[in-house]
Amino acid sequence: MTVDPMSIRITADTAVCIGAGQCVLSAPALFDQDDAGTVVLLNGQPAADSLEAVREAAYLCPSRAITYTETSQP
Amino acid sequence: MAETNESGAPGAEDALPELPMTRTCPYQPPAEYEDLRARGPVTRVRQFDGRPVWAVTGHAETRELMSNPAMSVNRFHPNFPMPIPALTQLQTPRSAAIGALIRTDPPEHTKQRRDILPSFTLKKIAGIKPEIEQTAASLLTDMIANGDSAELLDAYVKPLVATVLSQLLGIPYEDRNYFEDLTYRRFDPAQVVDAMSDLTDYLAKLLVAKETEPGEGLLDDLVVQVKDGTLERDELVRYALVLVIAGQETTANTIALGVLTLLEHPEQLEELRAEPELWRNAVEELLRFLSLTGGLSRVATEDITIGDAQIRADDGIIFLNPAANRDEAQFERPNELDIHRNVRNHLSFGFGIHQCIGQNLARVELDVALRTLFEKVPDLRLAVPMQEIPVKQGLVFGLAELPVEW
Repeated sequence: MTVDPMSIRITADTAVCIGAGQCVLSAPALFDQDDAGTVVLLNGQPAADSLEAVREAAYLCPSRAITYTETSQP
Repeated sequence: MAETNESGAPGAEDALPELPMTRTCPYQPPAEYEDLRARGPVTRVRQFDGRPVWAVTGHAETRELMSNPAMSVNRFHPNFPMPIPALTQLQTPRSAAIGALIRTDPPEHTKQRRDILPSFTLKKIAGIKPEIEQTAASLLTDMIANGDSAELLDAYVKPLVATVLSQLLGIPYEDRNYFEDLTYRRFDPAQVVDAMSDLTDYLAKLLVAKETEPGEGLLDDLVVQVKDGTLERDELVRYALVLVIAGQETTANTIALGVLTLLEHPEQLEELRAEPELWRNAVEELLRFLSLTGGLSRVATEDITIGDAQIRADDGIIFLNPAANRDEAQFERPNELDIHRNVRNHLSFGFGIHQCIGQNLARVELDVALRTLFEKVPDLRLAVPMQEIPVKQGLVFGLAELPVEW
């Protein structure tokens, strides 16, 4: 059995979200907008191959609503 | 860098570079922005009325400062920067009404943004894209039927942007010619003040009418909130005005400059024809390359240290986004257009809580306007040499005319 070498945990702060939609454009499988325009986190613990898209979503978020941690699993 | 004196102190601040600076090439920022950059990414300048302010030309510094909560957009602060002289004529008591959203700080701004945001979600924008495509195609059919040359702003760009805005807001069909005429008059510096006043009166009347005869559009959605008592009617007029002001001229000018820029880069235009999937990156690159605002203003509410710069509370700051978009520390070969690069991190829509609420509509409009034009008019070319095309300097840079033939 192979062990995923890294895990990603995303948080999306709906209180500071301004609905620019950048996260949805970066990673549509992980983020969506509700009818009010606020971020909806579809998957907060995606596979390691999403890291690049998660990084981009966090970097482009104008209100810094997207944060994430990456941890190596033993 | 020079020591940052208190405002008004004589000495080093007398020799500061002066804003605004002027574009010479329509699709390049003022060359003097590079002199500012050489002084540092956050540096002191003097604005036209003599007041010293900070100018920000760095990409990383723009991101950091624009997302700092200690940046206020309160234009009634005595040190609020005024990037160009023409803005003073709109600082009348009457125009206090235009201050919503772009000139409010939290918590007021937070509520205003949330009131309007449901009309600008990615799904809503995707839903109106087919209408934008139809409008573009129909305008071009008429343009081609009228001969083999045209002034593209009047024949295509302005009617397209005005129609999209009418549809988005829910302007009744029978009022559209009047509304669009009012919005065109806003483009003329000699008429802008009267046009704003007429626009305010028109919208105020329209919103009253919509309370009894609702239609479909952003204004109608907001009228529901007025009826529910969660939104004041005057506030709704301010929302409508700010959307007209902030959305229209920037979009129209970016489309027109985009046409010019692609015609002047024929090899990249050929690539777009051959590989339409390149349009996604091309739209972002054009936004980066063309960014045409003359400056976004803020006032610091606290002391902020950024790099070597010591910004004090109550200092004015002007963000020169076209310069930040050409920052070599962020973009390789920043002064070259390259539709292959992925530059979604450009700052043409700003950054922080005030980042453009209509950005995803603007992306779609730019994409549809350019793509449809070059598809339907494949042999489009400039009717005069680029050097002879008249430009408009100002808070939003643009072309006064775009004569084309095919």
